Amino acid sequence: MMEHLTKENFEETIQNSKGLVMVDFFSPKCVPCMALMPDVEKLADEKSDVCTFYAFDTTGNMRMAMKQKVMGIPAYLFYKDGEKVATLGKDILEEKGMAAVTEKLDELTETA
Amino acid sequence: MSEVYDLLVVGAGPGGLAAGIYGSRSKMKTAVLDKNAEPGGQAATTAELENYPGFWEGTTGPGIMEKFADHAKAFGTEFLRGTVDEVDFSGPIKTVHTQQGDTYQAKAVVLSPGATPRKINVKGEAELRGQGVSYCATCDADFFVDLDVCVVGNGDAAIEEAMYLTKFAATVTIIVIHEEGNLDCNKASAEKAMKNPKLKWVWNSTVEEIAGDGLVEKVVLKNIDTGELTDYPTNGVFVFIGTEPHTAFVKDKIELDDRGYIVTNDMMETNVPGVYGVGDAREKYLRQVITAAADGAIAASAAEKYLSELETLQNDVLDESKDKPVLLAFWAPQIQESIDSISAVDKVVEGNSDPVGLVKLDTYRAKKTATQYNVNEIPTVVLFKDGKDVARVEGAKNITAESVADLLK
Repeated sequence: MMEHLTKENFEETIQNSKGLVMVDFFSPKCVPCMALMPDVEKLADEKSDVCTFYAFDTTGNMRMAMKQKVMGIPAYLFYKDGEKVATLGKDILEEKGMAAVTEKLDELTETA
Repeated sequence: MSEVYDLLVVGAGPGGLAAGIYGSRSKMKTAVLDKNAEPGGQAATTAELENYPGFWEGTTGPGIMEKFADHAKAFGTEFLRGTVDEVDFSGPIKTVHTQQGDTYQAKAVVLSPGATPRKINVKGEAELRGQGVSYCATCDADFFVDLDVCVVGNGDAAIEEAMYLTKFAATVTIIVIHEEGNLDCNKASAEKAMKNPKLKWVWNSTVEEIAGDGLVEKVVLKNIDTGELTDYPTNGVFVFIGTEPHTAFVKDKIELDDRGYIVTNDMMETNVPGVYGVGDAREKYLRQVITAAADGAIAASAAEKYLSELETLQNDVLDESKDKPVLLAFWAPQIQESIDSISAVDKVVEGNSDPVGLVKLDTYRAKKTATQYNVNEIPTVVLFKDGKDVARVEGAKNITAESVADLLK
């Protein structure tokens, strides 16, 4: 299961995180976001050894999302030791699905 | 590998769901495969949907699509989840493979892949997608509360989505390529939009560039008469300039037109037997929920006919002819002389000393089989032996007790 972050604990959690973190920015109203969600949940279980996965509901939390330069969802943001290192947007996620996330994780672990 | 479906529908938009309803209601084993957990296709990303007959005030895209899906489920349509990446339509059993690694098999396939929003293809558009550039108002409108946004386009979708955005944004500026007052959308929406005080208009203009550092800060507008470029500050750009068919996965498998739309006849048949195309991805005049639904109904009905024809031919003619000769008689209830001929054939078969199979086909209802065996005249009697057509008699004048008896010798 992915832990859901809130606007209260988002910054603290990310800043203090070690290694790779992925945050799924979503909203229950966003059809493509909810379509991808089961796949992300599954991937989070499979890849729990290389990356910590979180979900962040942007509803009512727009300011926090915009602080992370997110103004459109779905968006998957990757952090390494608390620093933002990559973003995957709707285009690539719709085209390649979880393969896009796996590739990105491989790329980010290689450079570690 | 899964069991074989009678009808596999790819895409759960209104076209696919209607095919599901008609397919499962006519007792075909029907499944609808979609990449989304929630059905509805593009219609499910449309906030206000007021032009589907019987549904108007307060109808939402997701709301009406949920009803479509419930309807299909009630008649027994199965729902499968997956993004199709590979298809094989070459054999009588068609296979569909997904990114998730599943393979599905079906005797007939309805393609309802829908369309995706068209891009403007200007500098900054791809870079700032998800950072102020959006193609989905219901997904992203929340981000723009009390901010200023632009809408590019002036068709039905653009104007209706712009009005939806006024509920969130401080101002919504519509960039229109036409001269002042001219919109491509329907008149009702145009009149409503013109009266909306939160909407601002820039006429005669196109977007030349979208710019910003991390988030959208401005668009560069080009006046198409003077060529003059102007910076226009904005926090967001919503693009609604039509769609592109989502058909890359069937390229080289079925016929597409030069823009990628699926080419079909008025029975929704593609150039591959047993494969149908419906909805926004089909080459057609009007792309709406109602036309997609109509396509789906037609495709499922055509598929049912295709399957029953196929089954009759395989079981009663081709397989049966391995044990004994089978006569396939093409007739038509509208043609009296063909009725007389068929009764002559009936008598010969009954009186024959060795067993003979007889299958009568209404030629107009079994067009596929008639075409497959080059039947040019009604009536025609074709003799099958060992799964092959070996001889025939054509025309009412030639089909007599003697000629049919000769055929069997």
